[in-house]
Amino acid sequence: MTSSVYSDGATSVLLCGVGGQGTILAADILAKTVCASGDVVKLSEIHGMAQRGGSVTTDVRFGKYVNSMVCCQGSCDAILAFETTEALRNISYLRDGGMLIVNDQSIKPLPVLTGDSVMPEEPESQLRAYGGKLIPAQDIAQKTGSIKTANVVLLGALSTSLLYEQRVWEEQISASVPKGTEAMNIAAFRAGRAFVQNIHD
Amino acid sequence: MELLSGNQAIAQGAWEAGCQIGVAYPGTPSTETMETFAKLPDVYAEWAPNEKVAVEVGAGASAAGTRVLATMKHVGVNVAADPLFTLAYTGVGGGMLILTADDPGMHSSQNEQDNHFYARAAHIPMLEPSDSQEAHDMAKVAFELSERFDLPFFIRSTVRISHAKSPVEVGERENFTPKQYKKNPAKWVMMPAFAIGRRASLDQRVDAVTAWADETPLNRIVPGDGSDDGDIGVICTGAIYQYVRDALPEARILKLGVTWPLPKLKIQNFAFGVKHLYVVEEASTYLSEQVRALGIKLDQPENPLPRDGELDPWAIQIAFGKRVPTHTDTPEDLPARPPALCAGCPHRPVFRELGRLHAIVVGDIGCYTLGALPPLSAMDTTLCMGASVSMGHGFELALHHTEHRPIVSVIGDSTFGHSGLESLLGTVYNSGIGTICILDNRTTAMTGQQGDMFNGITLQHRPTRELNMAQVVRALGVDDVEEINPNNIKAVREALQRATKADDRLSVLIFRSPCVQLKDSFVRQKPLHVDEEKCTTCGVCVSIGCPALSSDLDSGIAHIDEVQCVGCKQCQQYCAFHAIKED
Ligand SMILES: Cc1ncc(C[n+]2csc(CCOP(=O)(O)OP(=O)(O)O)c2C)c(N)n1
Repeated sequence: MTSSVYSDGATSVLLCGVGGQGTILAADILAKTVCASGDVVKLSEIHGMAQRGGSVTTDVRFGKYVNSMVCCQGSCDAILAFETTEALRNISYLRDGGMLIVNDQSIKPLPVLTGDSVMPEEPESQLRAYGGKLIPAQDIAQKTGSIKTANVVLLGALSTSLLYEQRVWEEQISASVPKGTEAMNIAAFRAGRAFVQNIHD
Repeated sequence: MELLSGNQAIAQGAWEAGCQIGVAYPGTPSTETMETFAKLPDVYAEWAPNEKVAVEVGAGASAAGTRVLATMKHVGVNVAADPLFTLAYTGVGGGMLILTADDPGMHSSQNEQDNHFYARAAHIPMLEPSDSQEAHDMAKVAFELSERFDLPFFIRSTVRISHAKSPVEVGERENFTPKQYKKNPAKWVMMPAFAIGRRASLDQRVDAVTAWADETPLNRIVPGDGSDDGDIGVICTGAIYQYVRDALPEARILKLGVTWPLPKLKIQNFAFGVKHLYVVEEASTYLSEQVRALGIKLDQPENPLPRDGELDPWAIQIAFGKRVPTHTDTPEDLPARPPALCAGCPHRPVFRELGRLHAIVVGDIGCYTLGALPPLSAMDTTLCMGASVSMGHGFELALHHTEHRPIVSVIGDSTFGHSGLESLLGTVYNSGIGTICILDNRTTAMTGQQGDMFNGITLQHRPTRELNMAQVVRALGVDDVEEINPNNIKAVREALQRATKADDRLSVLIFRSPCVQLKDSFVRQKPLHVDEEKCTTCGVCVSIGCPALSSDLDSGIAHIDEVQCVGCKQCQQYCAFHAIKED
C-alpha cells in the first residue's frame, strides 16, 4: 500500500494554469457535479495578486467524506493543467500512478517575453514521460464553437476517469456557463470526452 | 445545501442572525464577505475609506442598537486597532462581529501577522471556523454572544477558509428588533472617569466569556481512530484541524472553535488524558504560548513544524516523522510566472518614465506595486497602505541637504482615500517638498474593482457624489496640482521632469485613466500590429513589460498578441521607428 497524507479517502484533483484561463469556472463545475451526485466536496482557490496573469491553482477534493481542502505533494489523483509550463511546475503534486491531463498550449510568462528567461525545452515530451495525456483543447474548442470553451473541453477529458454521470456533468455545465453558450459548452465537453476515449483505444 | 466559500458563508450567517448593517474596506482574502452581504435582501452595506472608519461606523450603529458586521483583512485590523481596543471597554449595543481574514503564506499580503494576538491584546473574543458550515454557524451565533457578553466578537479566517468552498446548510433569517438607544455616558464616553469603571467591568465580562469558553461545544474533543489508544493529543483550530485529521488520524484532537479566551479547564483535562500533547499551528506561536502559560508541558514533534508559511497534511506528517508519499521533483529550470500589470494598464507608463528618471520611487500597495518587478523595476519601497506619501516626506527630510535622485511617491486612488490623505496633510503642514503621483485608475483594482472614495461607485449602487481629486488635493493646501493622461507618454515624461526638477515645492501629479478591467468605463480599441519591415529589433517596446508584446527568439522582431492587445498605443509611442501600426 502506498502511504497517503490523507485519511479521508477523498479524491484529490489539482487544476492549474495561468490567471484568466478559466480554471476557477472549471473547478466550480466539477465541485457542483460532485454535490449534485450526492458526494461532498471542498474546493480551495487562490485569488488576488496571482490573478494578474500569474500562475494559478485550484484544489478540489471530493468523495463520501472530506477533511482537508488542499492538495499535497505526491498526493493528487489527477492534475488538470491548462498550460504545459504550469503542468511541469505542479508535477510534484501528482501521486504515483496519478493522472496527468494537459492542455497542449504553452503561454510565455513576462520574464520570457522580455528575454530574461526561456521556456522549457519540449515540454510535451517531458510531460509524456510523466504519463501525461496532451489534449489540443484550443483546437477542439475552436471546432465545436469557440476557443473560449477550452476549459470545458479539458473537463470533458477529466470526466471520463471520474464516476459521475455524463448527464449530471452536462446539467451543471448548463447551469454554470453564460446564458446562450450552453449548447456550445456541452459540445465542447463531449468533444473532450471523445478525444480521450479515442486515445484509450 | 449550497456550495459556499467561507466568506459567503459568514455573510449568509450574519444575515440570518438579523444583522442589518455591514461596513468594510476591501482586502484579500476578506473582500467577498461584504460583497456577498451587500447583495442579500434588507441590509445596508457600504465601503468605508479604511478599516478604522469601518469599525467606527460599526461601533456607532451597534451603540444605536443594530447588529453590525465589519470585515477586513488581517492588516486592516492594524488600522482599526485604535477603536477596537476601546470598543472592548464600551462593549456593544446591538451585536457586533468583525471578520479578520488572515493570510498565512502571504498569497496577497505584505506580512503574515497572526491576529490571534489582537484578540488577546484587545480582549475581543475570537471564533474560528474549520469549514464553510462552521463559518456560517459561528457568524450566526456571534451576534447573540456579542450582546450576551457585551463585547464585540472577532471571527478569524485564513485563505483556506475564506476562499475554500464546501457545502453549507443555510437557514432562515431571524427577526431581530434593534435595541432602543438610551444615553449612557458611563458606558459610551471613554474618558478616564468612565473608562476606569469600564476597565473593571471588562475583567468581569472577560471572566464570563472565559467560563462560557469552557462549556461551549464550539470547543470540543474529537476522538482518534483508535489505532493508538489516545497516546497523542493535538490542540488545533481552523483549517489546521482538517489537516491534523488527515495527517494524524490516530490523534485525539481538542478542536478549538474559540481561540480567545481559551477554555482553560478543557485544555487541562485534555492534557491529562493523553500521553503526548502537541499544538499544531500555522506560522505562529500563539496557541503554544497560551497553552504553556497554563502551566502545561507540550511535546515537540520529531521534526520542528515550519515556522512560517502555510501548513498542509504533508508538512504535518513530515514533522511527526511519518512516511510521506514519494513525488517527482519539479524541474528546476522553469521560468517564473509572476503576476504582471495587464496589457494596456495605465500604471505602466508612469513606472517606465520613473525608471528613466532614476527616481527614488517610494511605493504603496495596489496593482501598481507590480511596478517593482522587472522589466519596470521602478519601486524602492512598499510598506503599508498610505506609506508612500509619508515615507517620501521622510526620504526628503533625510536627504534634503545632500545631492540626491528625485524622490517620487506613488499611490493609487483607493489607497489615497484609505490613508494617503492624512499623510499628505502632514507633508503640507510641515512644508514638505517632493513629487507625489496619484495613479487614479478610477477603482480599487487589486482586490477586484470595488468602488472607492473617488470613483463615484458605492457598494450597493446607491447615489453618491464623485469627488474631484484635484480639488481635494488643492483644498489640502497643495498649489502645484496637475492632471495627466498616463497613456500619453510625452505628457507623462514632461510632467515628471517638471515636477522633479523643482526642489522647492510639493507637486501632486494625478494620472487619470480607467483600469482596463472596468467593464463600464474602459473602451477597448482595435489591436495594433508590428510592421516587420520597419522593426529594427531594438527591443524598446518589449522592455515596457506588456504581456501582449514579445519578440521573436531568432529574428528579434517584435510581435503583438491580438487577443491580449487592448489598443492602448503605449508601445506605439515608444517605437522610434514607427513600426507599430493601427491598421
Ligand atoms: C490596511 C490594508 N487594507 C487593505 C489592503 C488590501 N489592499 C491592498 S491594495 C488595495 C487597494 C488598491 O487600490 P488602489 O490604491 O486604487 O490601486 P490599484 O490596485 O487600483 O492600482 C487594497 C484594498 C491592505 N493591503 N492593507
